[in-house]
Amino acid sequence: MLKIHLPENVFETLKQYFSFDFVWFALVVAILVSLCSALLGVSLVLKRYSMIGDGLSHVAFGAGAVAAVLGITDNMLIVLPITVIVAIILLKTSAEGKIKGDAAIAMLSVGALSVGYLLLNITETSSSNLSGDVCTSLFGSTTILSLDTGDVISCIILSLIVIAVFFIFYNKIFSVTFDERFSKATGTKTQLYNLLVAVITAVVIVIGMKLVGALLVSALIIFPALSAMRVFKSFRGVIFGAAVTSMVCAGLGVISAVLLGTPVGASIVVINIVALAIFSLIGKIKSK
Amino acid sequence: MSIFKNKALPEVKVNGKTKKKLPPATSWGHYRRLNRPYSTDGQPRDRRLLVEIKNLSLAYEGRTVISDLSFEIHSGDYICIIGENGSGKTTLMNALLGLKAPSSGEIVFHDLKRHQIGVLPQKTPVQNDFPALVSEIVLSGCVGKKTGPAFYNKGDKRRAFENMEKLGITSIAKQSFRALSGGQQQRVLLARALCAAEKLIVLDEPAASLDPKACSDMYSLIHDINMRENMTVIMVSHDIKGALEHATHVLQINKNSIQLSKKEDYVAAHECPVCAEKPRTEPAAYGNSDAYKYKGGEPDA
Repeated sequence: MLKIHLPENVFETLKQYFSFDFVWFALVVAILVSLCSALLGVSLVLKRYSMIGDGLSHVAFGAGAVAAVLGITDNMLIVLPITVIVAIILLKTSAEGKIKGDAAIAMLSVGALSVGYLLLNITETSSSNLSGDVCTSLFGSTTILSLDTGDVISCIILSLIVIAVFFIFYNKIFSVTFDERFSKATGTKTQLYNLLVAVITAVVIVIGMKLVGALLVSALIIFPALSAMRVFKSFRGVIFGAAVTSMVCAGLGVISAVLLGTPVGASIVVINIVALAIFSLIGKIKSK
Repeated sequence: MSIFKNKALPEVKVNGKTKKKLPPATSWGHYRRLNRPYSTDGQPRDRRLLVEIKNLSLAYEGRTVISDLSFEIHSGDYICIIGENGSGKTTLMNALLGLKAPSSGEIVFHDLKRHQIGVLPQKTPVQNDFPALVSEIVLSGCVGKKTGPAFYNKGDKRRAFENMEKLGITSIAKQSFRALSGGQQQRVLLARALCAAEKLIVLDEPAASLDPKACSDMYSLIHDINMRENMTVIMVSHDIKGALEHATHVLQINKNSIQLSKKEDYVAAHECPVCAEKPRTEPAAYGNSDAYKYKGGEPDA
């Protein structure tokens, strides 16, 4: 049976909810995170690195479990460095071809997931609701997010850094994404830009995890890029298309969470799927 | 980006035929390149040492493919690297481009910086469905010259436009790369390489996957750039006949021996009638050679 139902007076309810700070916080964080992930996602999808996002989010879950076991309240301090280091290792090993990229990522992601779950189970943490906690960190919070001001500020700062880095190095990132051999041979320090992309991917995933949860965060990276690639033919167009689509989907997801009480992470992902379907249709019609 | 707009080229009458005339030079450098005299005796005007390869040895997956190779590359040279599959042609090219570290010996750049090299690599699978405009890709050839924040200036856009004009692809500048035919894509990648190349251009099988017409167009274009701009060309090729037509030097890599010889000597030693027939000639002026009549939109067939 369906549990959800639309409130009778939609606008009144919205107005009521948006008088609370935490709803605004959730909306701002959702839009910023989805903007960052869409920008990065285009490059990752085109380089065939889509699964890196998935792998890294599982690593971040494992790192979060370690932080919880150690009793560290601000788990960003542990999760962020570990995820960044793993991202760098992943890109390095797949570039050198020692372990095939997809196998390395699959190995790491299931490994981190099980280690994290095991650690949470065998240690005594303060929480009495273990399965609830695990579910929240995997799929995001069940209703609207309750973020404190510190979370919101750190999220905004990190997002602005990611966006600034992306725009300053846009042309370099394009060149390295399109043809790494050419870029390296003509004097671009490709290692450096791969490192940069790895680090900001890790940052985006860690901040995105709070929003949609570890299992769903790679959707934020992959879907907007795929949708935009169906319709736009220039790289710039795809970047802008992905950014706008992603922000709109995130905004709608938060509103749906407010109105219908659906889990915010899953709502955003489902709206992204709908957007992909619509874009595919437009692409089909355009190419006819 | 207004520089990329399709301009209708003025038409002139030459011997009763109407021909498209190239627009006047857009900069002093462009003017000099357009009006540069040829040296037809095969000796470039300005022959400077660019790269010195000293006792170079290269290994590929633990197996030594090239050992104790020494030679020099001068400006204006047109060196063709030929050899069987697995003989180490591509490994040598990668070493020259700094993509592979030598196991011993060294490659010394004299009058050359890494960002003055242009490369036409083989197409990668990633590029087959890459959403990018032709103009975006050609411009990205300029990115290696930038350090730190990379924004294109007017000079870069002009350079990209000139190179697209040289290759006759201005009419497809706003088309998507993935929708082009193989020959057109190769031209786009060559235009990008020319944006990067100031002194040396390295070509990896430029004629692979091209039909005979597009293939000979490609060779005459490269020849033209070599002659007119004193651009040093290093070409790795399977197609000995086509590649030798314009080369000045041949580097033949076999399983046991590596030999750099002048083209005339190579041709004499190998009794290659096709190459001997055609001496190194002056190409037609810009805008007149067949290669420039190529119009973007039409298929390659």
